[in-house]
Amino acid sequence: MEAQAIHDMLKGTFGEAVVELQGEGFSPAFVVVAPAQINAISRFLRDDPALSFDSLMCLSGVDYKEKFAVAYHLHSLKHRHAIGVKAFLPREAPSLPTVDDVWPAANFHEREAFDLYGIVFEGSKDLRRILLPEDWEGHPLRKDYKYPDFYHGIKV
Amino acid sequence: MSPDPAHGAPPGSPPASAGAGSLGPEAQVLVGNADRFVNWARKSSLWYLLFATACCGIELMQAGASRYDLDRFGAVFRATPRQSDLMLVAGTITHKMADRVKRLYEQMPEPKYVIAMGSCANTGGPFYKDSYCVVKGVDLLIPVDVYIPGCPPRPEALIDGIMQLQKIIMKRKNYGAKA
Repeated sequence: MEAQAIHDMLKGTFGEAVVELQGEGFSPAFVVVAPAQINAISRFLRDDPALSFDSLMCLSGVDYKEKFAVAYHLHSLKHRHAIGVKAFLPREAPSLPTVDDVWPAANFHEREAFDLYGIVFEGSKDLRRILLPEDWEGHPLRKDYKYPDFYHGIKV
Repeated sequence: MSPDPAHGAPPGSPPASAGAGSLGPEAQVLVGNADRFVNWARKSSLWYLLFATACCGIELMQAGASRYDLDRFGAVFRATPRQSDLMLVAGTITHKMADRVKRLYEQMPEPKYVIAMGSCANTGGPFYKDSYCVVKGVDLLIPVDVYIPGCPPRPEALIDGIMQLQKIIMKRKNYGAKA
């Protein structure tokens, strides 16, 4: 199914929660959605037989300096089509619902985004740092991140 | 080893009639320099603590495999620090790993040696700038005896580094771990 058709289908079901389609320059095209609705939209994308996005290929955090985004890359093994879903978040206290109950693979990806960007995934099964030590301060992939001088007495 | 009277063929003994393999009781006395003997034993049986964290580890494996054959140094790779003489740090050390490196080094018995293999272990390598997570050289954690340059070094370079360490070991005095 084409991105435009998927966007129209989502728009028909979720209305205002679907903001726009970013088609130009993106492969696959991105549907921008309201962050509060991400779990419901994910479940619809997975369960609707015409869509059946059964594979979450990637979940990434993005820092746009003035705001954050979480980008979901979805693929359907059944229909062999793909779509991106993007949710923009405010820079102050970024959080949105988890999708690890829709795609269990999301858990590690969400932990990575939490670790490196400080994005909180509400209702996650197990939201801990995954790459950095538990006592690390800050979220290093944020563009305004300041390196610490020392970690455990070793110069960074 | 230095020549000494008990070793080799002293004039007049053993008689030709004794035959090969029958050297007599006097041949079981070895007179020599104890430091040289201990150092020779230590350098000829370096057991490496397996510590491969990145691409240098692949070169390390190649050095241990049949083509380069590290075993001819009388050595085996050990997966435990308790029976290791030498820590071969082959790869990038992150701050998350740093505490473990230090602990493993402290668990090794004396005398112990460290070889930093490759740019990452020497200085942080390509991660020296713009990295919050890589330790900029393993010598910030533990004392290093030999640095091997390269990214990654070839097995020949690793073997040369081990031979440099053997030269260092041969210079030790009074059975000392460190000169």
